[in-house]
Amino acid sequence: MTPDKLRTERELIKGNEAAVKAAVLAGCRSFFGYPITPASEIAHAAADYLPLVGGTFLQAESEIGAINMCYGAAASGVRCMTASSSPGISLKQEGISYAAGAELPIVIVDIMRGGPGLGNIAPEQSDYNQMVKGGGHGNYHLIVLAPNSAQEMCDLTFQAFDIADRYRCPVCILADGFIGQMMEPVAFPAPAFPKSEKDWAVRGDAETTKNFVTSIDLEPEALEKHILHLESKYAEAARNELRWEEYRLDDAEYVLIGYGIVSRILRTVVEKARAEGQRVGMLRPISLWPFPSAVIEGLTRRVKGFLVVELSNGQMVDDVRLAVGRQVPVHLYTRCGGMVMTTKEVFDKVQEWVAEAQNEGAREAAQLLPKI
Amino acid sequence: MKVLEKPRSFYQRFDRKPGAHPYTTHYCPGCGHGVLHKLIAEAVDELGIRDRTIFVSPVGCSVFAYYYFDVGNIQVAHGRCPAAATGIKRSRPDSIVIGYQGDGDLAAIGGNEILHAANRGEDISVFFVNNAIYGMTGGQMAPTTLEGMRTTTTPRGRTILNEGYPLKMCELLSSLPAPVYIERTMMTDGKHLMRTRRAVMKALQCQVEGKGFTFVEVLSQCPTGWKMDPALSLKWIEENLAKAFPLGVYRDEVKDREPHKRRTWIPSDEDVLKELELTLNLGAESGDGHARLVKGPIRFKFAGFGGQGLMLLGEVVADAGMRAGNHVTWLPSYGPEMRGGTANCHVVVSNDPIGSPVVGECDQLLAMNRPSLAKFEATVAPGGSIIYDSSLIETPPTRTDVKAIPLPATEIADQIGSTKVANMVMLGGLMAHLGFPGDEETRETLMSRVTRRELLEKNFAAIEAGKDQVQRLGGR
Ligand SMILES: Cc1ncc(C[n+]2csc(CCOP(=O)(O)OP(=O)(O)O)c2C)c(N)n1
Ligand code: SF4
Repeated sequence: MTPDKLRTERELIKGNEAAVKAAVLAGCRSFFGYPITPASEIAHAAADYLPLVGGTFLQAESEIGAINMCYGAAASGVRCMTASSSPGISLKQEGISYAAGAELPIVIVDIMRGGPGLGNIAPEQSDYNQMVKGGGHGNYHLIVLAPNSAQEMCDLTFQAFDIADRYRCPVCILADGFIGQMMEPVAFPAPAFPKSEKDWAVRGDAETTKNFVTSIDLEPEALEKHILHLESKYAEAARNELRWEEYRLDDAEYVLIGYGIVSRILRTVVEKARAEGQRVGMLRPISLWPFPSAVIEGLTRRVKGFLVVELSNGQMVDDVRLAVGRQVPVHLYTRCGGMVMTTKEVFDKVQEWVAEAQNEGAREAAQLLPKI
Repeated sequence: MKVLEKPRSFYQRFDRKPGAHPYTTHYCPGCGHGVLHKLIAEAVDELGIRDRTIFVSPVGCSVFAYYYFDVGNIQVAHGRCPAAATGIKRSRPDSIVIGYQGDGDLAAIGGNEILHAANRGEDISVFFVNNAIYGMTGGQMAPTTLEGMRTTTTPRGRTILNEGYPLKMCELLSSLPAPVYIERTMMTDGKHLMRTRRAVMKALQCQVEGKGFTFVEVLSQCPTGWKMDPALSLKWIEENLAKAFPLGVYRDEVKDREPHKRRTWIPSDEDVLKELELTLNLGAESGDGHARLVKGPIRFKFAGFGGQGLMLLGEVVADAGMRAGNHVTWLPSYGPEMRGGTANCHVVVSNDPIGSPVVGECDQLLAMNRPSLAKFEATVAPGGSIIYDSSLIETPPTRTDVKAIPLPATEIADQIGSTKVANMVMLGGLMAHLGFPGDEETRETLMSRVTRRELLEKNFAAIEAGKDQVQRLGGR
């Protein structure tokens, strides 16, 4: 999966800008966007760089315009990208559904902010449901990747173009305002993208006049067949594109689960808890769709429970609960509205939880005693 | 009987069309869509552009245009044709992009898309079928429905008071400077068919020449939606529709316009790297050779007024830290943090991978105005230090468990000749106090960021002055 070993010198760069450079290195030559904080740097960088490499940058009339420009560009066989933040993503959902139906590879970056409604510009993770569960209509999935550093904004965006082409579907980079705004050192991959044209695309040349791109299937039988075809692609993607990170899980009894910026906070919490001699570890889903359910299910057999930490009203927790079932408890700790939990907050939560579990363990042992 | 030959840009057999009749279209008898399709196909033939043509079908009765046109076909969402066509043309500048839209598609749900594509002067040709009604969904009112006209959603007739006036797209778009050619026609008899044929040809020819946006509105018969027979439909267009929507040329600047410049450059990998300002690392991991790692993680906060250059100061510290081989993060004040008159950023430098980039408790606070000191003094860890601009902050910090270092940065900067470099005086103070960031990496960082020689010199001078001042105070 990791692109070629060859890398550039490290550059201190914002996640948002890293995504654009990675896109250009991946051969993206068309970008259509509409300004919105905290995703605007993506459009700024795209406006800077795309024309320099013979590409197109266009500020669309709206997010609806932008996603449909991507629809056209993708249908014509070029690598393209759009970026926005939560309210803009809501507007793109129609186009995303059409792109999924018409099997068009488009890379969509969502730098999430507070909602619902206009909400605010502070970081949140409340687009989980609209991106992972399909915010548009119909039977489709997006492949959703959640970076937790500027380096991953680069790497996952770079990979997203290959994934989108491989499965012919839109791919989402789901990041929060922190990951987009934060600067970190990034070593970029060398430019690498297929130099040959896509044979299914409508390129405006003699070879492709017989091609057509559509999402309509008027006959129910035909549409069902099409949906089953999409499902088979998703099944393949679910097998191949699963990505997650484990941190000190080997002997963990208590597992923290979080993605994006939260995972960075959790990492520090794990270190602090380990320093106290507590067996705490972290699981970080990197692909949110496909979701690492099997990994969580596997852990269920040997851990005391899970604590899901999110910057939302609790959205990913549903997927964790589905994977865990009723075998061990799944706790939830969230902040939202742009409030971000501190390491201490989560650490204290973990302390409470560990103490509770130990008390319960002692109680159970006491209850067992007379029976021996 | 004379067998009419289909245009070559039409499929001879409509195999994409489901059902038992592969030689007829799906349109109702007497429908205008089929007629206009044929005129477009003939024009494509005549101009010899079949291979280059991409036909964009809308949502409406013509959603299935790809059954018929033997060209590249892309079907798009309701109303979004002009946006999708923009994406196609911008990505494939050598293609001929035909947009085809009904009045619901173009004038209602897609009103914004057509307005902006026209205003940008996209090099596409849009054919607008005005049949004053929604055909596909069952005869509802369109923006172009005439006053008094009964439709399934105006059962007592359209009233101006409730539904407004019929929308005149040619008139509207011709108020924009960009479109090259705009005409409204109808197809009710031989003469008008010829007129429409010429308009279609002209629009496409204009695109072949790369001259920009063209728009042909065709008043089109919908016997089914209007509940009339085909003959009556034609008469109704002449007597009613054409009165409300006057025929004619609304814009013709084809001769006066220069062709659009088309992109042809395909950069090499080396060009791409150069334009992105990236250099491949062909040797060892950067930083490895002369790694100067910090001991534990150092957590910094830089705070002051917007414009004092604190964000940049934080960046320079992080960048220099990176050049010395450390892990670093830089986080701007962002979200709720931003309120309250201070711009601030968080920087962490560490020899281990960094967890949270959010600095709650910090080891080093650099404060350049009073509100910043007031806000963040309490967040400094015991044993940490505060460097503050004593030319702007008169009341020193009150904490006794941290080291407070006054540095008249703004005054010193003024002496150097630029208030702007006060942040670099602060940097010098930090370097003297902490021994970090190192001289070499700091130099490298500034040289990569500041191109103006004179400014660079001032920056270096400011750093030295800051260092001097703190060393003289015995800050280290
Ligand atoms: C988002 C959305 N809203 C509504 C529809 C339903 N719809 C399909 S076609 C149409 C109107 C078509 O009318 P027009 O553009 O005038 O084309 P005609 O059928 O008359 O050729 C509508 C409202 C849709 N497909 N998508
Ligand atoms: S409903 Fe009207 S526009 Fe649609 S096919 Fe029939 S006649 Fe043509």
